[in-house]
Order: sequence, then C-alpha cells, then structure tokens
Amino acid sequence: MPETALLEIDNAERVFGGGRTLFGRALPAVHAVQGVSLDVRKGETLGVVGESGCGKSTLARLIVGLDRPTAGRITFDGRDLVADARRDPRALARRVQYVFQDPVASLNPRKTIRAILEAPLRHLLGLDRSGREARLGELMEAVNLAPEFLDRYPHEFSGGQAQRIGIARALAADPELIVLDEPVSALDVSVQAQVLNILDGLKTRFGLTYVFISHDLSVVESVSDRVAVMYFGRVAEIGPAREIFAAPRHPYTHLLLKSAPVPGKRSLIPEDANTELPDPYNPPPGCAFHARCPRGTDICLAKHPALERVSGAAAHEAACHHPVDEGGHVRA
Amino acid sequence: MSDTAAAGSAGRMHKPRKRGRPSTLRLLFNNTLATTGLAVLVAIVLAALAAPLLPLPDPDVTAPADRLLRPLAEGHLLGTDALGRDILSRLIWGTRVSLAVGLSATLIAAFFGSLIGLVAGYAGGRVDTFLMRGVDMVMAFPYILLALAIVAALGPGLINALYAIAVINIPFFARNIRGITIGLSRREFVDAARLSGKSSAAILFGEVLPNVLPVIIITMSTTIGWMILETAGLSFLGLGAQPPQADLGSMLGDGRKILFTAPHVSIIPGLMIFALVMSINLFGDGVRDVLDPRLKSGALTRPVARTAVAQEREAEPRRHSGSVLDVVGLNTQFHIGGDIYRAVGGVDLHLKPGECLGIVGESGSGKSVTAMSLMGLVPTPPGRITAGSAWLEEEDLFSVDDERIRQLRGADVSHVFQDPLSTLHPLFTIGDQLTEAIMAHRPMRRSQADEKAEELLRLVRITNPAERLKVYPHELSGGMRQRVCIAMALANDAKVIIADEPTTALDVTVQAQILSLLDALRRESNAAILFITHDFGVVSAVCDRVAVMYAGRIVETGETEVVLARPAHPYTGKLIDCVPVLGQPGRRLDAIEGRPPVVNNLPAGCAFAARCERAEADCREGDIPLAAFGEGRAVRCLHPLKGEAADA
Repeated sequence: MPETALLEIDNAERVFGGGRTLFGRALPAVHAVQGVSLDVRKGETLGVVGESGCGKSTLARLIVGLDRPTAGRITFDGRDLVADARRDPRALARRVQYVFQDPVASLNPRKTIRAILEAPLRHLLGLDRSGREARLGELMEAVNLAPEFLDRYPHEFSGGQAQRIGIARALAADPELIVLDEPVSALDVSVQAQVLNILDGLKTRFGLTYVFISHDLSVVESVSDRVAVMYFGRVAEIGPAREIFAAPRHPYTHLLLKSAPVPGKRSLIPEDANTELPDPYNPPPGCAFHARCPRGTDICLAKHPALERVSGAAAHEAACHHPVDEGGHVRA
Repeated sequence: MSDTAAAGSAGRMHKPRKRGRPSTLRLLFNNTLATTGLAVLVAIVLAALAAPLLPLPDPDVTAPADRLLRPLAEGHLLGTDALGRDILSRLIWGTRVSLAVGLSATLIAAFFGSLIGLVAGYAGGRVDTFLMRGVDMVMAFPYILLALAIVAALGPGLINALYAIAVINIPFFARNIRGITIGLSRREFVDAARLSGKSSAAILFGEVLPNVLPVIIITMSTTIGWMILETAGLSFLGLGAQPPQADLGSMLGDGRKILFTAPHVSIIPGLMIFALVMSINLFGDGVRDVLDPRLKSGALTRPVARTAVAQEREAEPRRHSGSVLDVVGLNTQFHIGGDIYRAVGGVDLHLKPGECLGIVGESGSGKSVTAMSLMGLVPTPPGRITAGSAWLEEEDLFSVDDERIRQLRGADVSHVFQDPLSTLHPLFTIGDQLTEAIMAHRPMRRSQADEKAEELLRLVRITNPAERLKVYPHELSGGMRQRVCIAMALANDAKVIIADEPTTALDVTVQAQILSLLDALRRESNAAILFITHDFGVVSAVCDRVAVMYAGRIVETGETEVVLARPAHPYTGKLIDCVPVLGQPGRRLDAIEGRPPVVNNLPAGCAFAARCERAEADCREGDIPLAAFGEGRAVRCLHPLKGEAADA
C-alpha cells in the first residue's frame, strides 16, 4: 500500500432505536450500518454506491461527526474521530466537511449567501473582517460564481448554483476530506456535469480527498478511484473502480450493473425474483442478499459471509460465499 | 463553468421580476374581509390613542344627578352609567386599557411561549419532555379557573390580570412553536450550520428563529383578540381593572346589574368588544393567509377541475391518420402576475397504437406541462391552453365537454406519476383504490371488481395478489407501489398511458423491472405510452421514438437509436455528452454553458442560441421551424450537426 490511510473505519456500527421500555420490553432496533470496515487514502476518491436504505448516508454522517457509531472505531489521520468530535466538534469540522444532497434545503432560506459562507470562516477559522472578505472572494472564484451573488438569498439560485454554494461552504475551512452525499442527484443532467467538473478541479487544486456517495453508478464510475458497494448496511464489495465495474465479483454488484440503463442500449434484463430488501427489524441470519441471489446455497442462509480478498486482484474484496467468476464480465 | 456570464443575465432577469408574484400587501388588500377588519381596527386604535386629545369629559367623574341618561342625551352622546359618568369617554378610555393589556399579554405570552417551544423543540429528549409536561400541566386547568387562581394569589388588579392571561396563553405558543422547531431543526441547513462550527445557541437563535418568526407573528395575530376577550372576562368578574378605572370588561360588569332597566350601559361596551375582537380576528386571518408560504404559493386560488382553454383557440386538423394520439400545435401558458410564461410553445407529437414515445428534457423544458395539458390537468389559474388540438382518435380533447373528459381520464388515457407514495391514498387499501378505479368507469358489483383488481395485480407481476389487495400503500416497497399505479392505469384498457418520470424515484434494480414491465405490458395490451424522462439510458431501454424538448418546444425528434447515435440538434448532442456513461469512466463530461432561458422572456429565434457554439446571426432572428431531417426525423435547427457522430 503506497500511501497511508487518511480515514480508517473499523467495524463501525450504527443502531437506531433499540433499548428497552420502562417495563423491560425490548424495543425494535434497526442496524443502519453494521460491521463496516474501510479506509480512505489521502488524495483518492472513494465512491460509495448502494440503493436507498443501504446505510450509505448514515455512514456519511458518522464520518463527519453528525452522528456517532454505536460500536466500532473511526480514526482520522491516526486520531480517534468519534472522541475528537465529542470533545471539540470545531476541530473536526476544520478537517472534514460535508456536501448535502439537496442543495436548496441545505441553505437557510433567510440568510444571504454571505452570511452562510461567513459562518465557517468566523467560527472555524476565526478570521477577522478583512480576512473573511478576501477568503469569500477566493471561494466564489473557486466554484465559478460571480461575487455579486454574495448578497442574494438562496431562493434566487438554481439547483446547480445552490450546490456550488454548498461546495464553497464545505471548502471554506480548507478541509482535507470532503464527504459528498449524493451531491448531483438533485440536479439536471447538464448542471450535473458542471458540478462534477468543478469538484474534479477543486480536488487537484486543493489536494482534497473525497468520499463520494451516490446511487448513480455511472457518476460514481466517472469520479472514483476505488468503490465500495453497500447492501443492507454492510459493504458487499470494495475495490479499485476499474475492476469493480469491469469484473464485479459480488452477485449484487453484478445485478446493479446489469440493471443500470445505458444510452443506446435496448436490452432490458428483468429480475423476476422478489426484489425487496429484507425486513430491517428482522434481518435474516445469513447473507442479506440471499433471497435475491441466483447463486445462493445453504451456507449463505446460515452464515454471513466476511469481506475477503477475491483471488488475483489486489485489494479487491467481496463479501460472498460464491463470488462471480473473474470471467463473468457484465458488458463487452 | 458558466457563471460569470450567468451573473449578468441573472441580474438582468431579476429586475422585471417585481411584477411576477403579487406582493404581500396587495394579497392582503385583495381580501375584503381582512381589509374591513383592518379599517375597523385602525379606527378603534386611532380613537383609543387620541383619547387624551379628544374633547371628552373625565371618565371617572361621577354626577349622580345625570345618572343613566339614554344615548343621544345632550352632552352625553352615548348616555351615562349608574354613577352618571359619560359612557363615550369611558368607552374610549376603556378600549385604550383593554388594548394595552391584550397587547402586552400577547407579547409576554409570545416571548416566553416561543422560547419554551424553541428550546424544547431544538433540544429534544429530556429537556423537551420536562418543558412540555410543564406546559401540559398549565393546560390541564380550565383557563378561567387558572386565571382566577393566579389573580387570587396575587390580588386583584389590571397588572395581575395581565400576568394571569399571559401565563395561561403560554402553552398555546409553546406547543405551536415547538412543532415548527422540531421540523426545522432536523433540516439540512441546521446540520450545515453545525458543521460550520456554530454553537447550539447560535443555531437556535441565528438559524432556526428567523424561520420560526413568521409563525410567531401569525400566532400572535390570531390570539390577540382572544386575549382581549379574556381580559374583559376577568374584569367582568371584578378581578381586572379596579374602580374607578374603566376597561371594557368592567364596564360590562357594571351594566350587568341594570341590564333590564338601562340596557345601553352594558350593550355599548359589549358591542365595542365585539367590534374590536372581530376586526382583529378578520385582520389576523388575512395576515395568516398572506404570510403562510403554502397559501401564498397559490393554494388559495382554488384551481378548477380542468385546464381552461382559451376561447380564441382554433382547432387544428389531424395530421397523422391512424395515430391514437395526435397533438398539433399545443400551446400552454401560465399567467402569473403580469407575466406570461410560455411553458409549452407549439408542440406537435403523435403516437401510434402500442408505440412508446419518449419526451426528454431538463426541468423547466415543458415536458410535464405538455403531458398534463392533454387531459386538462394543468391547474387553472394560472395555466391555460391557448392554441392547438389534441386528437385522441377522432375526438379533440380540448373541444369535448367536461363530462367527456372525466370519462376519458383514467380510462382511455391514464397516468403513471413519479412518486407512487403521493399518488396512492394512504388511508385506503390497494384493493379499495383499484376497485374504485375500475367501478368509476364501469358499473359492476364489488365482487366482480375485486376479481378484476386481482387480475390486474397479477398482470403487473405482483405475487400473491389476493393478499396484496388488503394491504395499505405504506406496507409496500416503492417498486411494488409503482406496480400498483401501473395496474391502476391499465384498469380500464387505456389506449394511451402517460408515464411522467415513473422510475425516477426508484432504485436502479427496481427501475429495471418497472421498465421491462411497462415494455411487456404495452406489447400485450397495445397501449401507446408517452414516456417522460430526463434520462437517455431509460429512453433507450423502452422508447421507440424520442422527442427532445427545450424551452417549451420540441427541438429534435426521431427514432431513438438514430437520435442517440447521431444527434442533429446541438442541444441533443450536448445533452448526451454531458452525462457519464457506465463503462466509459474516462469520458470527458462536456457541461453545457449557461442556463436555459426563462419562458416568460424567450429570445427571438432559437432559444438555445445563447448556449450554442454553432449559433450564427440567422439563429437569433425569426421563428425556426421543425424541419424534416431524413427518414422520420425532424430538427429545429438551421445549422444541424450533419452526420458528425457523437463520441459514443
């Protein structure tokens, strides 16, 4: 491994609900994230894909300290992120930032853009007035917005512009890691490309590390160095983007890639079986994908597969008892 | 990439906006009742404020000789009371007191109530429980009893009555504000402020409070009348204003004993209380209607059941015989304030039986309005169809009467919308909703309808249909719900299904199923599908032909494969180039510079010219027709891309 990990997540778990009532009856609990281990290296983009309810947004909130894991460790640059976030949330916010999915909802409708962007400069960096003014100019330039926009209110902006303001806010404190939670899925396609290009430029310019969360496979493929595929709160497969997309080993990844519509391709490959996620209040004992899996056997029902290196590929891991063969290319 | 230029255009675009939506004040004055309330209120308040300046006798000077004079007596316009005091003078001075007490009580209650609500709603957990249970305890007493208890403890007097009324109204504010705060503090901008390093107090008062403020003002405007009434109530009982000071309640109390001998002594202050409270309530309701964002956005306009069709519209003849749907020259406009938004500016399209036509475009391109116009589903006001015809076989949908449209909706032409959760009624079972859809068009017995519903669920590949009929929408997954919506669309043998982004809200694996289901069903039932989407991948999967829309017009149409492989309109080309394609990670994404024009201010000539590299002088003048371009294709462009293949 050439570079050390900037962010390491070790067996993180987040349970919602649970506990007991006053009379000792157990309350239902949902494991939004369980047993997730992954690391993010400095300067790379880790893509996280999965369908709704797979825990990817919960994972994002854990990384930026908006939520705390119920078990497991998250370390950032060698230090315990969870403890740091509790002790001094501002110190963490200076190094790890977040870009929200809904660009308009993430901007307070009653604040000007200037007030929104000044908040991190004032509270995180403690800049004085002239320092803030200079930095605001830099930020607006970085996301390609005219400085006149500073004194307007969020409702005056289109989705793409609002998302660029969201990116500028994340950049304001000069962080090392930015978690992007579906940053382009609320945008029109032409605007999506603008935002993706800006993100790409900023990464090189400021030496950023991205965790890029999306349900859109083609977007993730175009931005990621490595990809983690999540299913039902766990990592199903993780590895270099090129390999995951060219030769997926987990049957779920395989299904995802097969299902994605591609311009100019007529083929429709339906899946006949029951396609619903398992009941989160009552998860199956073995592999959560078993009910939908064409390769499932008895062992899948009995035992949850661990994330293991699949033969050949370096750092390409899949959590499957019967991974798809290497030759199982999805597309020519 | 765009926005140093966009700054200028946005700035330009911004000025004429003023006419766009009606201003708050104008909305308020449109409401006759609120305006009347305001006028009465202003008159009362002015009179009360001017009391020291008016030539009134001293309200507290008694004159036993002149007691109980009737109104219009000499020197006493409204007569005198039992002690010979001038009622007009006492009325005006008393109104002054009542107003002052009501207003201060409202302010005190609003301040403490909102504070409790804000803290409880934002902090949640134990703090919330503790504060709200305290509030519940205050609410558990009948309010007049509690007020009496407070006054009894503090002693009678106006100030103590004011405290009592403020305290008993705190729960009202606390509960209202807590509800709003809970919703707001889970919003993304609060998380964003936290990540910007703001402390909890700074977030609560700097981010949440400004958003709660309108609600506080609305609540105040609707409670102040109530507070004045309560003050009067306490004074009436002799616990508020003490003699000889006049306030409306104590005047009423004084008159009570002589109600039958001298009714005017109690009727006059009673009428004043009525006028005051009524005017405040009417005005307060008006303020609420104006400030409430949902009402402001047009919920008060009461759209009619079918889109208005302009009278000067002339029917266009059919162009494509043999087509099941033939739309010719459709124009749909929105009239908002003084602006006319040309959402659809002359759209022609046609569908053969069993064919699937995709309409592709970005948000605001008019693709949904086109589809909604067909069955008159565009809300009026502000929408109206100003030109064109939509031929469903031999009928022009814009000429037939409302009853016929009602028969056709959900029968010959049915819709599948984007979000199945909001399309299905949450309180009825799937079975109820399916049978309703069937029986609305074909009267039959419930048992027959149930069988038909079961058959429909089987048709959309839902396993165990008999059981599924009994479940509620929330018990199904998103994909299952969308299947139910499709079943409903098929319930009455639709000839045309309008599918408006039916898979956009779904996960990719579910999307693949729904798409293949739609594809299979249209082949089985020979229904034509008008498929609206923004995704070229989805279009490729199901559509035979595609029409690309931009700024309310079709800019290119043709067979899907041909258009995607060799787009002729520069916009189509750019739209294809800016989307990442699975399996081509190295592909460079060409963003489209600038933004689409706003449809209330369309440029002359080609709407895309400002963003187009191929634009020349002739693109910016005159109307550019949708010209034939090879077999079954048409392009609205003077300089189309000729055979220059997209980098597919």
